[in-house]
Amino acid sequence: MRLTRDRLTAILMIMPSLILLAIFVYGFIAQTAYSSLTDWKGMSENPIINFIGLKNFQDLFTTILNYRFRVDLINTVFFTIFFLIACLGLGLLLAILIDQKIRGEAFFRTIFLFPMALSFVVTGTVWRWLFAPSSGLNTLPSVIGLPALSTPWFTDKTKLFTFAGIDFSKILGGLIVLGLVIFAIILWRRGRRAPAIIAGIISLGIIGGVLVTVPIASTAFNEPRYGLNVAIIAIVIAATWQMSGYTMAIYLAGLRGIPEELREAARVDGCNEFQIYRFVVLPLLQPITLSAIIILGHISLKIFDLVYVMAGDANLQVDVPGINMYLTSFRGNNFSLGSAIAMIMLILVAVIIVPYLTNTFRAENT
Amino acid sequence: MDAPVIVPIASRPTTARTVGRIKPQRVILYILLIALAGVFLIPIYLVITTSLKSPQEVDLARIWVLPQSLRLDSFVFAFSTLSPNLINSLLLTVPATLISALLGSLNGYVLSKWRFPGANIVFPLMLFGMFIPYQSILIPLFQLLRSLNLYGSLWGLMLAHIVYGLPITTLIFRNYYAEVPNEMIEAGQIDGAGFFGIYTQILFPLSLPSFVVVIIWQFTQIWNEYLFAVTLTNKASQPITVALSQLGGGQAIDFSLQMAGSFLTALPTVLVYILLGRYFIRGLLAGSVKG
Repeated sequence: MRLTRDRLTAILMIMPSLILLAIFVYGFIAQTAYSSLTDWKGMSENPIINFIGLKNFQDLFTTILNYRFRVDLINTVFFTIFFLIACLGLGLLLAILIDQKIRGEAFFRTIFLFPMALSFVVTGTVWRWLFAPSSGLNTLPSVIGLPALSTPWFTDKTKLFTFAGIDFSKILGGLIVLGLVIFAIILWRRGRRAPAIIAGIISLGIIGGVLVTVPIASTAFNEPRYGLNVAIIAIVIAATWQMSGYTMAIYLAGLRGIPEELREAARVDGCNEFQIYRFVVLPLLQPITLSAIIILGHISLKIFDLVYVMAGDANLQVDVPGINMYLTSFRGNNFSLGSAIAMIMLILVAVIIVPYLTNTFRAENT
Repeated sequence: MDAPVIVPIASRPTTARTVGRIKPQRVILYILLIALAGVFLIPIYLVITTSLKSPQEVDLARIWVLPQSLRLDSFVFAFSTLSPNLINSLLLTVPATLISALLGSLNGYVLSKWRFPGANIVFPLMLFGMFIPYQSILIPLFQLLRSLNLYGSLWGLMLAHIVYGLPITTLIFRNYYAEVPNEMIEAGQIDGAGFFGIYTQILFPLSLPSFVVVIIWQFTQIWNEYLFAVTLTNKASQPITVALSQLGGGQAIDFSLQMAGSFLTALPTVLVYILLGRYFIRGLLAGSVKG
């Protein structure tokens, strides 16, 4: 009796949190998903809202007006790749250096990690100046008497590997379906047949849905070309300054978790220090690298404040979907199109986070 | 008692200190470390030296030169401009942090010690809430707060931070309480303690370290946040991050004012980090979920 009453109290105590999250996360996402299928514009009290199906998504991927959104997606892809490489590389280097039984370890650790305690707004404000073309880092060489540089940093208009407009919805849809299929195969090989079949059906459903509903349309061919915007590198540098300490911290925790006996055994077997890292330590850090990729990757997919504060609202070279969504919805009052951008951001993040969570909790529950 | 969430970063005992001959590899190691530390500190040097210059003294071509004399003008001006926003940030951050920590602690207690049917599904569904891009809930959130007359006030922003803070606070407490032996709970039940008795007499007194971790983490996150702050507040209720992003813009950018403002904005979280860095790192690592 006593026990069941306590159990009931327990459920009652967690209920408010569960209800709030159900509304604020899943209810709101459902609402955004619905809005993305309408033509809802404006802030009026009783707007006229019509259901228009996937038109917003189709517009985002095809119309000349939404060229900016397609540039955003390409910027995000390049930003994510460079940001991951820089953060993982620098973070691992810092962790290995600090793990060498050095003096003043706490001091160095504190320096490398403290940018994590800052707001992206502070980082953006400070690095905006460091990257000012006629000042900042460009004038650093003059300290030792060298001529100043003229790197344009985040205002650079250079595009590399340029290509013309193509049908983005197919690329994006293809990537999502590919992710789902890989996920389904992994589940299948682990013997989780039912979820694997569900993932398979969802991916087939998406393929079918896209084929049926989205007409094969290509973007207007007179639009500017797409490419890798070199200006992105400036954002990558600022973001890496802020986030590489995080990678260092989790690698350091991983290094400290490797028993000294393992290294000792390798040493006895005739490995030198480099070989110990190559054949013993780095393979053991693989799972940590995977979680770092997922955490950093999802941060870079939804990045907003750093770029917005650094480069403002009109710099197409470094624009990202997060900024576009904010401006479209809250400056342009185009809530339906903003919702469509938000849904695409959510799908991109979910594709990497959902398998990660599923995997983590599968391992925990068995 | 350590939070079981993560592997604490303990310093290795410095046993291998070679006496006498200094190895060249060690010299290279320290040179590399000092050089990297120097690179990491470049922005800090710029913030501090520039904010101590007067606006007239800031010369774009010679920004790396130390200030002629220490001028606090920019700090005084930044502080007088930003102080209402500093107060807003405090009024927002402190209650939101405490409430989400307390709720997270209760949720963690229920999820670790009173597992109910479906808990294995509910928990990952809760956690998903901390990874979503907040753009995907921003318009409905804005609409809801507007219809509740909370738009433009600190209360609406506070509600948002409490709700979206629940996943991480619940996660940290759940993992922490999971390490408390169930025998202690059973002993409490034999002594006649109920749901609340067990919490207040057994778990809560043990939770101090994870409260520190959670409070530091939430404090830093909410203080530093920008997207909700810029969307859900008006001029009077703007937190510090929004005010900083608009500080010293205009025709001629006042860099010394912006740097002084950055310093003021960063100060609370950096102080917390320097004083309680150990706990800050735990929150950081807990965020990468590893149960």
